[in-house]
Amino acid sequence: MKVFEGLQFRHVSSPIHRLDPRTKFIISCVIFAQAFLFTEFLYLILLFLAQLPLVILARIQRQWTRSLRGGLMLIFLIFFTNLIVGVVSNDFQLTSESLTYSTSMSLRFVVLMTSFSIFFLTTSPDDLGLALEQSHIPYEFCFAFTTAVRFVPVLAREAQTIMDAQKSRGLELEKGGFMKRIRNYIPILIPLIVSAIRRSLELAEAMETRAFGAKKQRTSLHALKIERRDIITLVLCFIILALTIYTRIYIPIPDVSIPIPPI
Amino acid sequence: MIEVEKLSFTYPAGIEALKDISVTIPEGDFVAIMGENGAGKTTLIKHFNGILKPDTGRVYVDGIDTKKASVAELSRTIGLVFQNPDHQLFSETVEEEIAFGLKNFGFQEEEIPKRIDWALNLLNLMQYRKTSPFLLSGGERKRVALATVLAWNPKTLVIDEPTIGQDYRQKERLRHFFNELHDQGRTVIFVTHDVEFVADCNPRVLLMYKGQILSDGPAKQILTNHEVTSKASILLPQIAQLFHQLEDFGLPKEVITIQEAKGLIEDLLKRCDVP
Repeated sequence: MKVFEGLQFRHVSSPIHRLDPRTKFIISCVIFAQAFLFTEFLYLILLFLAQLPLVILARIQRQWTRSLRGGLMLIFLIFFTNLIVGVVSNDFQLTSESLTYSTSMSLRFVVLMTSFSIFFLTTSPDDLGLALEQSHIPYEFCFAFTTAVRFVPVLAREAQTIMDAQKSRGLELEKGGFMKRIRNYIPILIPLIVSAIRRSLELAEAMETRAFGAKKQRTSLHALKIERRDIITLVLCFIILALTIYTRIYIPIPDVSIPIPPI
Repeated sequence: MIEVEKLSFTYPAGIEALKDISVTIPEGDFVAIMGENGAGKTTLIKHFNGILKPDTGRVYVDGIDTKKASVAELSRTIGLVFQNPDHQLFSETVEEEIAFGLKNFGFQEEEIPKRIDWALNLLNLMQYRKTSPFLLSGGERKRVALATVLAWNPKTLVIDEPTIGQDYRQKERLRHFFNELHDQGRTVIFVTHDVEFVADCNPRVLLMYKGQILSDGPAKQILTNHEVTSKASILLPQIAQLFHQLEDFGLPKEVITIQEAKGLIEDLLKRCDVP
């Protein structure tokens, strides 16, 4: 559940928060593109370091570290899967390349998670919905999307209550073998899913009683506007993207590899 | 026996829910925990079976520090029924739902059906034995949730908002049922906003206000005290309101049960020679 906490929006006043959601989306896309264009360790670590000022500027360090801690399991999973594949395909030899490659892959995941965090932590669900709407996506889809985002913390809290309730009935989650532990989650998942479905039906009824979809053309109180700061950021983003692509094609990245620690 | 010593608790989000609470609930006590929304009632009872562990202070259940025991271990003696039954029902039939807790606590195969029968009977749910709990009404689901906990016969029963969604007849039944458990020597603790229900039950009342215990004493004393009840956003029971207004007739103010009120009014009428 910690991973989700890292994506929960909080109202803070910062230069990043003030950017238009569409601008922030482009920033995230550019970071995504860069992360996928390169597998080199040196580039990915630079990319990671380049994200840190954004995190600090947006004042989301705490939530960001929390989400990374929540994703630690996945980071390890990526690292070891790559490492094992590397070792197996190299005649069971641990090479410096495979170690570097696995580290790069984990780092790539961290970079993606960070850009995700920056986007979701600094964009309110309402702004996000508005941005989708103004990008001419049908309102029903925008609404479904923002509702889904908004209900994530509610669902997380509910999962916690259900866990407490079942523990109070003697359920011990951490007991038993692997299969038993998986089965232990059935009493938690069923109430969670049932209540989510029940809530969605109630939500639909509540919306209908408030005339959802009565008018095809909707107007909104706040309209998003691209400001000068957005244009400057976007121009910067495209310059960076162009440079990245140029680098990818024409400039070799120096090979920095991690030496194998002596065992 | 539950002993709470100087308990304070703050939620991770920074809400200070309990501030330096000390209270002892001896075995066989009958307690209603009351207070406005957000007073810390549910947070307090979640400390009784170790779901929440104190930030500072201690909670002892029969002498065992809750910090040193698992929720499952403590739940064997402290049966906690959550407010919303939908947070725990998951089985295909009511019967299996009740068996879940019994299996977790390691009851013998042959004893389980007997206990299921007993619990179903007690809560008037026999006809739903093979029904899916999801098909029952809200009030019935609440009773199933209570039955699932009751089945393993915990020494102490802690119930969060038992009267929500229950009609008058079910409330009456619930009251008799609480009295019965109490008479059998069990400790019954419930959280509620329902003043009339508390007045009828006549238990010890713990009145909470902003994470602290505002006052603690017999219902008769607390639910007739205008000062503390209004601070805790609680209306006096109707009988108490009536007797506050009849003060000029020389009637006592500390009256909450219909039985007692009836006696006093009869005496008054006799004295006035009304036939």
